[in-house]
Amino acid sequence: MNGQRFEEPAAAVIIEIGHFALMLALAVAMVQMIMPFWGARVGDYGLMRIAEPAALAQFGLICISFMALIYAYVTSDFSVLNVFQNSHSTKPLIYRISGVWGNHEGSMILWVLILALFGAFVALFGRSLPQRLRSDVLAVQASIGVAFLLYIIFASNPFLRLVPAPLDGRGLNPILQDPALAFHPPFLYTGYVGFSMAFSFSIAALVEGRIDAAWARWVRPWTLLAWMCLTLGIAMGSWWAYYELGWGGWWFWDPVENASFMPWLAGTALLHSAVVMEKREALKVWTLLLAILAFSLSLMGTFLVRSGVLSSVHAFAVDPARGTFILAIMVIFIGGSLTLFAMRAKELRQGGMFAPISREGGLVLNNLLLTVACATVLVGTLQPLAAEMFGLKISVGAPYFNMTFVPLMIPLLLAIPYGPFLAWKRGDFVGASQRLMAAAVIALLLIVAVFAVVQHGPWLAPFGLALGLWVIGGAVSEWAFRVRLFKASLHENLRRARNLPRSVYGTTVAHCGMGVLVIGIVATTAWRSEVVTTVKPGESVAIAGYDMKFIGVFPGRGPNYQEQVGRFDVSKGGTKVLSLFPAKRIYDAPRQATNEAGIYPSLTGDLYVVLGDHLKNGGYALRAYFNPMVRFIWIGTLIMFLGGGLSLSDRRLRIGAPKPARKPRNAVPAE
Amino acid sequence: MLGLLGPLRSRLVIGLLALSLGLLSGMGQSWAVKPDEILKNPVLEARARDISSRLRCLVCQNQSIDDSNADLARDLRLLVRERLKKGDSNTEVMDFLVARYGEFVLLKPTFSLHNLVLWLTPLIGLLGGGILALRYMRGVGKEQAGAAELTAAEHERLNRLLKDSD
Repeated sequence: MNGQRFEEPAAAVIIEIGHFALMLALAVAMVQMIMPFWGARVGDYGLMRIAEPAALAQFGLICISFMALIYAYVTSDFSVLNVFQNSHSTKPLIYRISGVWGNHEGSMILWVLILALFGAFVALFGRSLPQRLRSDVLAVQASIGVAFLLYIIFASNPFLRLVPAPLDGRGLNPILQDPALAFHPPFLYTGYVGFSMAFSFSIAALVEGRIDAAWARWVRPWTLLAWMCLTLGIAMGSWWAYYELGWGGWWFWDPVENASFMPWLAGTALLHSAVVMEKREALKVWTLLLAILAFSLSLMGTFLVRSGVLSSVHAFAVDPARGTFILAIMVIFIGGSLTLFAMRAKELRQGGMFAPISREGGLVLNNLLLTVACATVLVGTLQPLAAEMFGLKISVGAPYFNMTFVPLMIPLLLAIPYGPFLAWKRGDFVGASQRLMAAAVIALLLIVAVFAVVQHGPWLAPFGLALGLWVIGGAVSEWAFRVRLFKASLHENLRRARNLPRSVYGTTVAHCGMGVLVIGIVATTAWRSEVVTTVKPGESVAIAGYDMKFIGVFPGRGPNYQEQVGRFDVSKGGTKVLSLFPAKRIYDAPRQATNEAGIYPSLTGDLYVVLGDHLKNGGYALRAYFNPMVRFIWIGTLIMFLGGGLSLSDRRLRIGAPKPARKPRNAVPAE
Repeated sequence: MLGLLGPLRSRLVIGLLALSLGLLSGMGQSWAVKPDEILKNPVLEARARDISSRLRCLVCQNQSIDDSNADLARDLRLLVRERLKKGDSNTEVMDFLVARYGEFVLLKPTFSLHNLVLWLTPLIGLLGGGILALRYMRGVGKEQAGAAELTAAEHERLNRLLKDSD
């Protein structure tokens, strides 16, 4: 499919419809921002009820706009400037679609689409909310939409046309042409744009001057959904970086990674804080503040990635003028919300009291550690920028974060198993410890076993592994305690297991996921092995018990690239396991080279092979690594995602999903 | 504790010594070192990798020279190895590079005044947050307790009401 030399009228109209829909969405958002808010203040129900249809209309319009852009990409309509800059006719279909959000302007449309989506969710599923609150929430949501729609239409418009239309586009950066990366932004955006919901609820609560358990119950599902998607989005990004960037690393404390990690930390704290608010009406102020912070960090992340302040493999190349616009949006929303918070927070009535050793106390500790960790990452990310303003150039890299972030996580991980075992209001630390004895013993046994079996690597590593196992053991112990495992009949165990609410399973599974993640991180950081050498065809390289025989390098061709593919026959103990094909690719448009690693994944670890330069003596440079248990990292995050999903599916936690009344079985007339 | 391990003790000690270098280079896995850069002397090479993992590739965002494929990174890696072969200690090599390129080349910020906020944030955050949290918990308790106490007049009224209802 070549670029169209003559504009087909249909195609041209569709783009313009998309553009117009966007402008209409802005108008609707403005109405949605002003009318319901005003109505809520003066008590006019007619005005307040404008909110829901407006929210649905806004979503519908932005949908039309988004689909028009997708259409332009799919049909390779190079009369659209955005398509020209970021697409090419030889790109496979799936990457033409994902190219829509693979660039700055298109991704901003995705951003406002998800913003409007959450607004539509409230309009559709929020029937049980009081009208005033619903109107206020939708008004705040609309105000964010107005800000970003203005930004898009006036400073980052993807619908600008090119006349005359060029024959072909500039193409998408080849390292972005990847299935994992294609779907990483939608998840990521659902995550941190989803936190806008909690933010809107917080502002609404502050404006109204009241907040209670029902509010927390309402905020929790949306925050949970956002958190789940953010977890998965970050994990996908990490996984992609691992196999694509040829570094084999999975986290770099890159400012752009930090920009998505900080909302995750704040979001995790928010989730747990909302639990306390819902159950005990306590920690109201902290929950509000966390909701404001989580979204503020999302806004800041959006700014960092697009303003040109940072250069990174992730960052969009944007000019500073656009950055200033987002900075202004940030200042207005963050500054405004924090000011409102400072003014109104004291009016909120305090909730129930609790002893320091209690589930609430445990969750306060959890919040504290997560918030300080978040602040540390924030300072570490922003400090170089701040220093540069004073003329100093400094770097803050992985060594800093490892020294500060990791020690904060250790007490948190130690405390996680205690949380569910402590009662609300006043917990029994000794009793909880007794119930966790089994988990502690298993963890200690692991330390001894690892020291006995593994003779190299950092001596702290077994303790790290044990920490992960402790978290898993603690979660399982709690489940075992609830079903009275070994203390009642099997029948009773099963009965109790079936009747446990899904949110309990959600907690157990999510905490297990955390433990698995920790085990993966410790194992792969501590015991990675590497071989850097040169090989000629016919030679073998040994690593981690595997023997890799280099067969040779053969040319190949893909849909839009040429490649040199190396072949390594991997065997273990004499028997052949599989062949690995690391490759060096040169893409057609734009002409860029990438290095594809050959990876043999397994639960015990990944064999990771990267082909280097062709040397004068006929050999090739080679880097081979063995990453123990690295898959546990992403498996762990997937388990956390599933745990969140279990919790989300618990009907008790969703107001607005009433169970239909069941007919009484034997209705007897009252006498 | 080492006594408990008995026969494993000597292995443990040797493991610790020999591979504390392993620890350091384990932390700084290289993804970019080419075969022709590797020094013949394994101890020197291990030191080079350790130092490299702490040096920033000047033209990259936050990558160490060990991780980056940039030409400048390669030049710096070779420079580090050159200085090590000349007999510099680890600190001398780092100082030499800082003298040439400024603090920017260090991935771990120095413990100096302008980096105070970096190193203090976790500490102050924890302490400050902890104090606030404890005060909050005690404050809430007091508020509740205060609300629960009745004044003398209210006690009177309560007694009268109770007597009336009998």
